[in-house]
Amino acid sequence: MDTLLNRYRNITVLLLVIFAQLVLIAVQVRNDRDVRMVRIWSITAITPLARLLETVRSGTAGLFRNYILMHDAREDNRRLQAELDRLKMENQFLKTEISTADRAKALVAFQQRTQSRTIAARVIAAGAGANSKVVFLDRGSGAGVEKGMPVVTPDGIVGKVVAAYPTASEVMLVTDPEFAAGVVSQKNGVVGTLKGQGQSTCKVDYLPSEEKVEVGEMFFTSGDDRIFPKGFPVGVVRVVRPSSPYQEVLVEPSGLQHGLEAVLIVLEGVHQAIPELPPPNAPIYLGTPPPPAPGEQGVQPAGPVGTDADKLLRKYRQIGAAENHKFGEGAPGSKPPDFNLKIPPPGAEGSDAETPRQGDAENPPAQVSQPAATKPTSIPGPADGTKTGVAASPRRRVAASQTAPPPQPHQ
Amino acid sequence: MTDYGDRYLVGNQREQVSRFRARVMLLVPLAAILFQVYVPRIIPVLGYLELPLLATIYFALMRRSQIGGLFIGAFIGLAQDSLSIKQPLGMYGIVKTLVGYFAASVGLRIDVEHSVIRLLLTFFFYFFHEFLYWVLARGLLGRQIPFEVQRTLVLGLLNAVVGVTLFHFLDKLREPA
Repeated sequence: MDTLLNRYRNITVLLLVIFAQLVLIAVQVRNDRDVRMVRIWSITAITPLARLLETVRSGTAGLFRNYILMHDAREDNRRLQAELDRLKMENQFLKTEISTADRAKALVAFQQRTQSRTIAARVIAAGAGANSKVVFLDRGSGAGVEKGMPVVTPDGIVGKVVAAYPTASEVMLVTDPEFAAGVVSQKNGVVGTLKGQGQSTCKVDYLPSEEKVEVGEMFFTSGDDRIFPKGFPVGVVRVVRPSSPYQEVLVEPSGLQHGLEAVLIVLEGVHQAIPELPPPNAPIYLGTPPPPAPGEQGVQPAGPVGTDADKLLRKYRQIGAAENHKFGEGAPGSKPPDFNLKIPPPGAEGSDAETPRQGDAENPPAQVSQPAATKPTSIPGPADGTKTGVAASPRRRVAASQTAPPPQPHQ
Repeated sequence: MTDYGDRYLVGNQREQVSRFRARVMLLVPLAAILFQVYVPRIIPVLGYLELPLLATIYFALMRRSQIGGLFIGAFIGLAQDSLSIKQPLGMYGIVKTLVGYFAASVGLRIDVEHSVIRLLLTFFFYFFHEFLYWVLARGLLGRQIPFEVQRTLVLGLLNAVVGVTLFHFLDKLREPA
């Protein structure tokens, strides 16, 4: 130790003298906030050490505290687990309540929307048998329920009433092997008979193998069974197996997919139209083309664009409109429309008196693709272009709207 | 370093340690401080001379004792601080303590009797003194003072020339060996 001090004596003395003078400066000098430098330096020197000590102290104390608290962790864990279970059950109950409320809301909305007279009922019991596909509803003959009435939900048909008691009724579900109903496919209108199989799916019988049925296609009630009104959804095609003479088609009933709690009993059924599929190429808005430059002859399309089926559909609609015939409403044996009626092609110059002239002020090109106006329209004369002032008949208006020439540049 | 160089530069420590009378050790620094304080008020140009620093360098070099050198520097520096207005005690004290310590350390290793070596050492220590003071003023006092390198170099050369002359005069005040 003595040797060490002798060896570093000079530097030690130097450091001591420097330190003493630093302290001397620190005692004298104040910073801009009138605090002595010695205080600032002292705090600056002490603070990291104090922070380190506090970190060690708090860490040690926390360690001991956590160790002590561990003794109660098991009891807390058990209590929290029980509370979690209770909250899970409560959450599930509330979810069920919300789901029930949503279904009831949908049921009411469907009841108001459909044209059939219905009465709401709740499923109060299921059949006693293991393979039983019947349920009991809380509405019976006292509420006007009769045997044979259909039971539906907004999602689809459920079954039919097989027995009506004073305060309840028994319903055979669509999955029951004895259940049968007339159905029709949405896309191609293929008619068949829906039969239950005792399973979750039903089969559609009597579908000729040459008829086209696709997986994913919807079936609707056809109304042929005189139980279910036409137009109620039945289910989605899940399996199509070609066979002879009838193909095998399995349908998943859509009315049973979300459970059975509340249903509608159809007291008086009204046939309704089967909803059409959305067209594959939905119409989109097309603005008017820009006017061509002076001296340029713009090439205009001859008519509305579309597939051959679209053109045929437009032609038949024109024929129907021209003959005041509404498709689908004619009684059997009534006179069909004349499909050989000549409809002037769009843009036929002078072929029809109703065809407006190109660039006519009252038939601007930008409105050609719009439906015909319902008010009387002034139509120019065929030769001199003078307006006749004759109100166009509905037939003429339809023809005018359908055969309107393509837009032409204003001269 | 070769053996010849060692003998030339280091020599015999006992023979080369200079001794001064106590009154010389006391009066010369005091005179230098008084010169630094009062003479520039009459002749401002002489304010560029740093006679307390030259006295510190000389006595530290010639005493060849690090502890002695640092105490000489501390004494002269604190005295200079005490006579300076708005100067906290210890600023020049710290700077001159370090100058005295390092000058004594250099004096232990090389022959400081040669005028050229004295010139270079004085020039170097002047620059070191000014730079260290600038660092301390900025670091400890927060004073934003500029450090003019060229001016410092010129004044260092001036003080070195004056210092060599002064050292020759002070050599005559040494006690004979």
